[in-house]
Amino acid sequence: MKPKVAFFDFTSCEGCQLTVVDSLQTHLDLLNAVEIVNFREAMSERGEDYAVAFVEGSITRASDEARLKKIREQASVLVALGACAHIGGINAIKNLAPLDDVRRYVYGDKADWYETYAARPISAVVPVDAFIPGCPIDREEFIRVVKALLLGKKPPIPDYPMCVECKLKENICMFDKGGFCLGPITRAGCGAICPSYGDGCEGCRGLIPNPNQDAMKDVLKEHGLTVEQVMSRMTMFGAYQLQENKT
Amino acid sequence: MAQNLHIDVHHVTRVEGHGNIVVNTKNGVLEECKFEITETPRFFEAMLRGRPYTEASHITSRICGICAVGHATTSLRASENALGVELSEQTWLLRKLIFFGEILDSHVLHTYMLVAPDFFNVGSVIPLASTAPDVVLRALRIKKLAGDLCALIGGRHTHPIAMTVGGFTHLPTVDEIRAIRARLIEARKDMDETVALFKTLPWPQFTRETEYVALSKPDEYAFIDGTITTTDGGKYHPNDYRKVTNERCVPHSTAKHTAHKRESYMVGALARFNINHKQLHPRAQEAADALGLKPICTNPYMNSAAQVVEMVHSVEESIKICDQLIARGIKKEEPFKFKGKGGTGVGACEVPRGVLFHNYEIGDDGKIVNANCIIPTTQNLANIEADMRALVPQIIDQGPEKVTLALEMLVRAYDPCISCSVHLLTVKFV
Repeated sequence: MKPKVAFFDFTSCEGCQLTVVDSLQTHLDLLNAVEIVNFREAMSERGEDYAVAFVEGSITRASDEARLKKIREQASVLVALGACAHIGGINAIKNLAPLDDVRRYVYGDKADWYETYAARPISAVVPVDAFIPGCPIDREEFIRVVKALLLGKKPPIPDYPMCVECKLKENICMFDKGGFCLGPITRAGCGAICPSYGDGCEGCRGLIPNPNQDAMKDVLKEHGLTVEQVMSRMTMFGAYQLQENKT
Repeated sequence: MAQNLHIDVHHVTRVEGHGNIVVNTKNGVLEECKFEITETPRFFEAMLRGRPYTEASHITSRICGICAVGHATTSLRASENALGVELSEQTWLLRKLIFFGEILDSHVLHTYMLVAPDFFNVGSVIPLASTAPDVVLRALRIKKLAGDLCALIGGRHTHPIAMTVGGFTHLPTVDEIRAIRARLIEARKDMDETVALFKTLPWPQFTRETEYVALSKPDEYAFIDGTITTTDGGKYHPNDYRKVTNERCVPHSTAKHTAHKRESYMVGALARFNINHKQLHPRAQEAADALGLKPICTNPYMNSAAQVVEMVHSVEESIKICDQLIARGIKKEEPFKFKGKGGTGVGACEVPRGVLFHNYEIGDDGKIVNANCIIPTTQNLANIEADMRALVPQIIDQGPEKVTLALEMLVRAYDPCISCSVHLLTVKFV
């Protein structure tokens, strides 16, 4: 019997689910390996008997927690899909300013009509079994994770820094080009796509476990850059992680 | 026959984001008719404050996974207008090319994967993979071409990397342009078959006069920049976008509503077609004729047909741009350097779902002081409800199932992007 799979989303752009749809361009046989029973963005049928749930998006209001907890109760395997679900992602930028200011800036005197709280990854609300990092997720990595899950294995997510992949691509180092990059402390797996297209890493895949802070500091010193610049760039996708580490 | 109808479609499927359709009638009289937006508020404008302007296009592309290139382009145009940046001919060609890639990508997703299943009486495109594999494979083939075209220029389609203020951080080679051009030529056959398929679909017959709003340009079918133009008569510089949008909060929606001269207006492919149809590529005009699309078309369901027309247009215009790039070559160009002088600017683009505005105030330190984004779906919400109110009494005798399907198809025809639409504001620029 094919495992039943469902997709859900919370606060997000749904770009990771679209990447899943796009993965069918090259892996249409995926539909033979699993049965998708719930995928609101792409289909009308809604089955509630899924074993594997992929969840995209951060949690940004208390009333969404019950829906996520229900998904957790049903799913044997819960996978965080993309940066918003995995580390809070871009939504957590709003956590850097007082919530009341943020609400009034957007909704003015109607701010009270709309519920919100500090953005958080889904792991802040329920236990998560696996994650696929990135903003958006990498199509090939999604396929690798699905294959591993089908075989009952632990998903093969790299725990070394992005610089490793960047070197393998023979890119000129962003720092040597006068740019700025979070590659030394960011989890690999994206194929160093941003430096390959001329932009420094923005850290969307989150910190590697035990990042080599001393090496990062050496690189910064060598190029006349500061730790503050690293922290500031990290707030683009990692604001939640930074605030959690502080407290 | 007196009708009591209660419809509550909790989270409409095959649309981007979370919305509910709520309809109540009592003794045949419409008591309540709403399209509720329950998506979480997202606060992008507030998030932009204090960020370097160089991050703005990367942050705002995350508003939408479908029209990331559209948000990035509009964001860059806002910053470029604020900072007085002029674009080179090469940058214009590449900006337009990636934009056409996204129009094609978004429209094939919507027409084939989200709309078409209704006409095949299935709940999604998945069962069609076995019953109509040629249709599904064609859709995937067009989508792959569109995605590859975007990736060639931006690094990837969802959240492009190489687009930056004043130009690009990475350029394709002429050989790569030649290769994608060859695939665009091949795609003409897929476009012909797409038109042939969609002209057989029984579009629901429903019309309601409304105001259509789109950008227009004297020399081309406008996608990037232009004058805001409406079918009720009215032309505005993009800087005056607030005179058209007039946003207001409504309690049942985390996205605001807009209105110009009437209670509502429509943006999107149908609005563009109604206003700019004369500038379509001849092949796209042929497609419009084949699909029975004539300006001014007031049937909102035909928005999907207008998208098919724009797919043909995008393929043809992309081929033209590739030819120009191959003829002139691609040269490395110096990116824009910030000169310590900020400013205020508006970017306006016709993204897949209609006109999008980004408005930034950038300080002399290069950081964003104020930001405003007005999303196409936001502008369509009031018009969707007006259509629902007109449609329900016409079809009420058909029973709840048919009314529900007709309303779901109506909402889907607008191709709403709900995640996009829920982060608006009423900041006054000083």
